[in-house]
Amino acid sequence: MAADSTLALSLVEEFVSGLQDSKAKDAAKGVKDGKFTVLQLVEALGSSLTSSQPHTRARGVLLLSEVLQECYRDLTEREVEVLIAFYENRLKDHYVVTPPVLKGLKELTKCTNLPPGSAVSMLRSVFQDIHVQSLMLSERACVYSMLINIMETREAELKGLGADFVFGFVQSMDGERDPRNLLLAFQIAKNLIHRGYELGKFTEELFEVTSCYFPIDFSPPPNDPHGITREELVQALRAVLTGTPNFAEFLLPLLIEKLDSDVQSAKLDSLQTLVFQTSSERIESAGLAALTALTSCLSRSVLSSDSEDSLSTFLDFILTDCKHHLCEPDLKLVWPSAKLLQAACSASTSASHIITAAVMPSLLEQYNNRAQCSHRRTLLEVVQRFIHSVKNCQSSDNDESVFLAFRESLCGVVFSALSENNSSLQITATSVLTSLAQQAGLLLESDIELALDHLTRLLLIEEDDRVSLAVAECAGALAQLHPALVISKLIPRLKNEMYTEPMNQDQGEASELHSHHAVRQRCLSALAAVSIQPSVVQESTPVLLEVLRSAHTGDVSFSVDEVVLTCRSLQRIAEQVQDTEEAGRCFHNIIIPHLLSLALQAALQGEGSSGTPSPLVEEVVLSAMVPVISTSCSRLQPTLAGQTASRAVSLFLDGDVSFLPDNSFPSHMQLLKKQEGDSWSLSRLVCLLMGSVCSLPRSVEVPQIDKLLSALEEMSCTCSHPLSYTSAAKCFAGLVNKKPQGDSLDSLIQRTVKRVCSELDSPSSSVHTQAFTLMIWVSKALLLRYHPLFTTLTDKLFSLLDDAGLGPMAAADGFSLLMSDSTDVLNRACHADVRIMYRQRFFSENKAKLVQGFNAAPQEKKPNYLKALSNIVNKLPKQVQVTELPALLSLLLEALSGPDQDIHLTTLSCLEPVLVNPPQVLIQQLEALVNRLLALLCSPAMSVRIASLSCISALSYFPVHEVLPFRARVLRALAKPLDDKKRLVRREAVQARAQWFLLGSPGGR
Amino acid sequence: MSEGTRLENANPVIFQRSGDRVQTASEEDEDVHDPIDDREIFDLIRSINDPEHPLSLEELNVVEQVRVKVNDAESTVGIEFTPTIPHCSMATLIGLSIKVKLLRSLPDRFKIDVCITPGTHASEEAVNKQLADKERVAAALENASLLEVVNQCLSTRSI
Repeated sequence: MAADSTLALSLVEEFVSGLQDSKAKDAAKGVKDGKFTVLQLVEALGSSLTSSQPHTRARGVLLLSEVLQECYRDLTEREVEVLIAFYENRLKDHYVVTPPVLKGLKELTKCTNLPPGSAVSMLRSVFQDIHVQSLMLSERACVYSMLINIMETREAELKGLGADFVFGFVQSMDGERDPRNLLLAFQIAKNLIHRGYELGKFTEELFEVTSCYFPIDFSPPPNDPHGITREELVQALRAVLTGTPNFAEFLLPLLIEKLDSDVQSAKLDSLQTLVFQTSSERIESAGLAALTALTSCLSRSVLSSDSEDSLSTFLDFILTDCKHHLCEPDLKLVWPSAKLLQAACSASTSASHIITAAVMPSLLEQYNNRAQCSHRRTLLEVVQRFIHSVKNCQSSDNDESVFLAFRESLCGVVFSALSENNSSLQITATSVLTSLAQQAGLLLESDIELALDHLTRLLLIEEDDRVSLAVAECAGALAQLHPALVISKLIPRLKNEMYTEPMNQDQGEASELHSHHAVRQRCLSALAAVSIQPSVVQESTPVLLEVLRSAHTGDVSFSVDEVVLTCRSLQRIAEQVQDTEEAGRCFHNIIIPHLLSLALQAALQGEGSSGTPSPLVEEVVLSAMVPVISTSCSRLQPTLAGQTASRAVSLFLDGDVSFLPDNSFPSHMQLLKKQEGDSWSLSRLVCLLMGSVCSLPRSVEVPQIDKLLSALEEMSCTCSHPLSYTSAAKCFAGLVNKKPQGDSLDSLIQRTVKRVCSELDSPSSSVHTQAFTLMIWVSKALLLRYHPLFTTLTDKLFSLLDDAGLGPMAAADGFSLLMSDSTDVLNRACHADVRIMYRQRFFSENKAKLVQGFNAAPQEKKPNYLKALSNIVNKLPKQVQVTELPALLSLLLEALSGPDQDIHLTTLSCLEPVLVNPPQVLIQQLEALVNRLLALLCSPAMSVRIASLSCISALSYFPVHEVLPFRARVLRALAKPLDDKKRLVRREAVQARAQWFLLGSPGGR
Repeated sequence: MSEGTRLENANPVIFQRSGDRVQTASEEDEDVHDPIDDREIFDLIRSINDPEHPLSLEELNVVEQVRVKVNDAESTVGIEFTPTIPHCSMATLIGLSIKVKLLRSLPDRFKIDVCITPGTHASEEAVNKQLADKERVAAALENASLLEVVNQCLSTRSI
């Protein structure tokens, strides 16, 4: 025991007088190891602590504090109590003693067994005896850490202290400047707020001491070891300021003052400089968003406090600053000012009332005073943005529109702009009209009627495509909102117009006919544009059907083009109409039966062939009808679609014509059987069947499917007419793709494959092409759904690459079909079973076969393989191409030297993306590549010349040392295409040559 | 371009760029011969960069389509360019850039004549004479630093 106290004494001696800092560690170790207790240490310190020299006392306390830092965990409650009393007492001592005292206190606050009440008394003495801000940086940090520690453990006690604690804290942090300490102080303030300490009458004080740092202006020194960022400070302060609603009454004026003072003091400079001069859109939009937020914030405060002052004063500032820009003669600053005003406008209804009331009259007056169309258009665009911005904030309330007071003059301006002879003005006017119409309850019925009159007039006379597009769009928007008016005003006019025969028919002036055709074209697309609501569709589609009917009967003459456009319009309507029962019935019960009936009539009439043939016998028309049927079947009302499909099936299989209108058809037609004299006018109608049965959702079952499939198979293998057998094959494939997995599917496929193979293998067969077409389509159907039997078909396909009987390249072209998306069947819109990445899968499974086949093939067959390869690679996604190409490079180079232009083109289009980032293999083959590309410059096909030129241009971006040796040769070779007879080739040649000239030249690359 | 909306942005008046040439059906037809016309030549030179501003000659209205004359049959091209100010020291350089661009982009059967729009430059004659002199143009392009500036004018900015 005695030895221990001597040990403590000697340690104290060496630390205090010998100034050996390491002894503190030893002392702490002594306490920990139990060689002496803390109280024994205090006794040993006795003389140092009572020394008359403050530095000696400070040194003594420091030793104690250092020891406490190590072993505060082991202290008993009693010891803690004594130590706290000691330290509290020491706070009154000389100022040099204070730092170690604070350190000691900080360590004590970490103790878990603080005696009750001690935390409070500790704080009281700290707040009482110490002026925190006169301490050094680290001591201030010490105080803040103390506070944080106590707040963690003794929350209840501190709350008992009431607002005094807040006051003490406010006093101690008042004037803090160091960012590290500020972070701590902000954390304390945040805790105060978030943990519900009572702020009492010191709310404003707490706000003051924290908000004085707003906005944070801090840039860390260049090599700041602490790594504090402005962002951290901003976040911490924001957490404080926004932490409690009690701050709101102080915070809002502050924010407004900060923003307002900017607007005020700099008069358009700060906030608006931000908007006007900045080239950065992000800053601009942030500024505008801030303005919006501010205005909406102010508007809300108006609602609660019932005094309009702050909002209207604020808006007044903006208005005085911006409004005169709207009236300046050159309209230079119109857009920036208008943007500011619109940002404010979109914030709230009250703001929009104030601003529109101030701005609209002058804008409208300006419009009427300006003569120049471009100025008028600018003003109109500004007006449109205003209407739009108001629309954003008006969603919820059913107030009357802000623009009610200006309805008349706005309509006047819009209508006068529509009557102007300037297309861009007209286009802007249509969009203003759309926005106005979308303002609930603004326009009167008579306004809409007048608007429709204007739109109709423009549709009929205006030649400019952009205008008619804008007009049709506007009419579509109006039709959404006022279907009844569109039905009664617009549709009859358009119908009439289409039926007026062109005048001076006998003279037959070409231009007149042309313009009449253009009017019909615009009417047709306008009819499609307005048909979104089912009620409008009910009225517009009969007009279109009537056009088809009169075209067929020849009552009114319509050209084939116009008939095709009519079908397109029907297709567009089917794509955009709301999928309701009403629309579904319209399409499935009226339009599709009519289309089928008309097509059938035309086909039967074509058989008789007397007089001028109906335009509906044309294959383009037939092909245009298919998407109408398939879109309705895939999109509208699955049950009704199923009904349509079963009707179509019974029509084609059993000759059941009962559902067709104008029913005067011969009974027992056999549409899928071989026709008399192999006539194709009826057989090709199978494409319409395809449209309906192949686009059904997979949940809808096709009736009589087995009978249908065998009829289709038979037809596709026997018919001699291309559209007929191709459609039959597609239809067959479409059904196979959706048929559920199972034995019946497998046996069906095997049967078909067998038949196809026997046709293809028999040299005498006359239906090679038909069998091949069926095979390709079935392969595609199976490839898309990853069916295991697909591999048998691929093998057959590869073997056909050697087949001479099929005609040159047919098999190779088949691969292109296999890899590309089909528009009418076997795509996702038709609900086909399409697995992801089927192309990559096909490629990776078959590339080895292809390369092998190429190597084994006799010389004259090699081009087939090359073509197949380039067809496949061409359709792969670019990323896959880039990774796969190196392996296939020699093959592709081979492909470039053959005679076939199509191979050249597809190969070049595969190569081009790879050239952007050339792999090493390619650079090694550079000589060969350059030779082949330059040789292709003389190709007879312009597309090949263009493609090879753009590849040559890409070569110039290869590493300079690799391509520089070729420079002179390439430049000489490129001189020739500069004089090509085609301009597009010359353009590409000029670009390529310019790049190569810059290569290795000073100032170039 | 001619109706160009003027954005008076500090000094040079900037003119709107004309849009890309509209591609016609006959241009895509293999069998039709497209003659080299004014617009094609204009398209070659309009994107040349100004030596001083980050703008194209078209944007500064130094070159205009109406001042481009080409005769494909006789293989002649005549260009007049308008310096932005009468004392522009860059006039020769601009003329040289135009000339080099055309030399690189046209078949060598063409005789290329580049000169200043009459009455728009103080030392019009001297500049025209320099530009017309084949030897001097060739000599200028031997000069590495001059070639560097010309190449910079001819580099496409967008890449």
